[in-house]
Amino acid sequence: MTDMIEVEGLNVTFGHGKHRVLAVRDVSFHVAEGESFGLVGESGSGKSTVIRALCGLNPNWSGRMAMAGNRLTARRDKPFYKLVQMVFQDPYGSLHPRHTVDRILSEPIAIHDLGDSERRVARALEEVGLGPAFRFRFPHQLSGGQRQRVAVARALILEPRVILLDEPTSALDVSVQAEVLNLLRRIKRERNLTYILVSHNLSVVAHMCGRIAVMNRGRIVEELSVAQLRERAPTQAYTRQLLTASLGYDREAVARFVDFTESA
Amino acid sequence: MTETPLLVVEDLHVEFTTPKGLVEAVRGVGFTLGREKLGIVGESGSGKSVTGRSILRLVQPPGRVRAKRLEFGGRDLLGMPESELRRIRGRRISMVMQDPKFSLNPVMTVGQQITEAYRVHAQVDRREAVRRALEMLKAVRIRDPERVYHAYPHELSGGMGQRVMIAMMLIPEPDVLIADEPTSALDVTVQLQVLAILDDLVTERGMGLMFISHDLNLVASFCDRVLIMYAGRIMEICDARRLDEARHPYTRGLLNCLPQIDAAGGADLPVLTRDPAWQEQGL
Repeated sequence: MTDMIEVEGLNVTFGHGKHRVLAVRDVSFHVAEGESFGLVGESGSGKSTVIRALCGLNPNWSGRMAMAGNRLTARRDKPFYKLVQMVFQDPYGSLHPRHTVDRILSEPIAIHDLGDSERRVARALEEVGLGPAFRFRFPHQLSGGQRQRVAVARALILEPRVILLDEPTSALDVSVQAEVLNLLRRIKRERNLTYILVSHNLSVVAHMCGRIAVMNRGRIVEELSVAQLRERAPTQAYTRQLLTASLGYDREAVARFVDFTESA
Repeated sequence: MTETPLLVVEDLHVEFTTPKGLVEAVRGVGFTLGREKLGIVGESGSGKSVTGRSILRLVQPPGRVRAKRLEFGGRDLLGMPESELRRIRGRRISMVMQDPKFSLNPVMTVGQQITEAYRVHAQVDRREAVRRALEMLKAVRIRDPERVYHAYPHELSGGMGQRVMIAMMLIPEPDVLIADEPTSALDVTVQLQVLAILDDLVTERGMGLMFISHDLNLVASFCDRVLIMYAGRIMEICDARRLDEARHPYTRGLLNCLPQIDAAGGADLPVLTRDPAWQEQGL
C-alpha cells in the first residue's frame, strides 16, 4: 500500500526572537491510503498544529511533508485543496454567518470551476443526511450537529481523497456526536478516504482509527495500534496515565498521577 | 445520605418569556441533596444549569422561578428577602462555574479576589484573610501558592484558574457547593485532579456537592447518585455505581451512544431515538 501522507521530522514554530515557541518537535508519521490515523494529546500538545501545518494553515514549519507522493512546499496550489480538505472543531465559528448553506457549498465549486453546482450541492446535502429543506437556511437556523454536517458536506463537495478532522465532535452532545461519527465512518467506507483525526478524547479516536499517535509537549510520545490500547498495553508512562484518566474517576489512580508537563 | 437533607427541591419550574413565546426550561423537578455527591446529567438544553442557578436565585428576569418547596436547612430560599439570601449565597451555598476565564476578574490579582470574597463573609482582618487564602490555595494543590497569590488570572493555565475558583468558593466553608461543569474545559488528567479535591472535601468536611455535567461516564465514576434530565424533567435517579443497570430508555440511549475503547473499531454507534413521550412525563 502506498503512503498517502508522509511527515518526516516536522518542526513548527510560532513567534520570533525570544518569544519563539517550538510547538511541534521532530514529528514523523506515515498514513496509508484509506487509513484513519489518530492524533491524541492534551491541550498545547501540538496535535492541531500538525494538521494545520499539513494543510497549509501554519507557514512556519521545517521538515519534509508529502501528500499523495508530492512533496509539499510553503505555498499550496489549487489541486492540493481539491485533494485535501479540513473539518474544524467549532461548527459555530467555521461557517460564514451571513451565507446560506447553498452559498457555503457552492463557493468551493465556483473556485475550482467544477460546474454543475446545482446537482453537486443537492448531492452533498443528501450525503450528510440533510434534506433539500436545509439548503437555503443560514447557519444560525441550524443546530450544532446540523452545522457540523454542513461543514462535512463542504469538505466533501470537492471530492477530496484526504480529510483532516480537528476535534470534529467535541462541541457536540454525545447523542449528536454518535451521529456525526457514524456519518464520517460511512463516508470513509464509501469513498475510500484517508483521515487524520485529532482529538483529546481517546475513546473517540479509538472508535474511528486503527493507529494512534499520542502527543505531549510537541512530540509524539508513542505510536500504537487500537489493539494495544484495548489490551491496556501502551509502553510509555504518559500514554498509560492518559488511558487511566480516560476510563473515569478513581481516587487512588488520581493520587498516583505524575506531572508530565515540566520535564523535557 | 440518611440524616436531614441540606437541600430540598420539590416541583421546581423555571420559565422564560421570549419573543417566540414561553419557554419552560425546567418543568417540575424535585430532589434532595444530603452530604453526598449528586450528579445532574443532561444534554444541552435539558435544564441542568438552570436548575443549579435557580437554587441561588441567580435566574434573572425575564426568567421566573417557582417551586412547591425550595429549602436549604429548612429555610425557604424563594420567599426569603434578598438581604437574608446574601448571607447564604457564597457563604453557605456556593457555586463554581465552567470557565475560569469569565468568572475571575481580569484586573485583580488572584489573592485580592480570594481575600475579598472571604472578608465579605467573615469578620477577619487583612492579615488573617491573606493567611487563609494562602492556606486554601495550598489545599487545592497549587504548588507555589505565594506566586499564584500575586498573579493575575491571565498568567494562569486553565487548570490553575479553575483551582483558584474552587479555592475562592470554598474559603467560607460552605455546606453546599453547586459545581456547573467545573472541569469541562480542562484536560482529562487535570480534570480528575480537580475532582479529587472536591471529593476529599465531601469526605472530610461533609459538604454536599451538586455536580452538573454532560459527561455521563465521568459522573458515574465520580458521584454517589445521578439524576438524569431531559427537556426540563428528571427522567431517572440512579445509584451511580449501578448506572449500567439504568432502565429509562433515554439513559440507556445516552450510555449506548458513547464510543468505548474496548469496543473500538467495531460496529457503528447506536443512535439515540427520542420518544416524544419523554417530554411529557418525568419523575
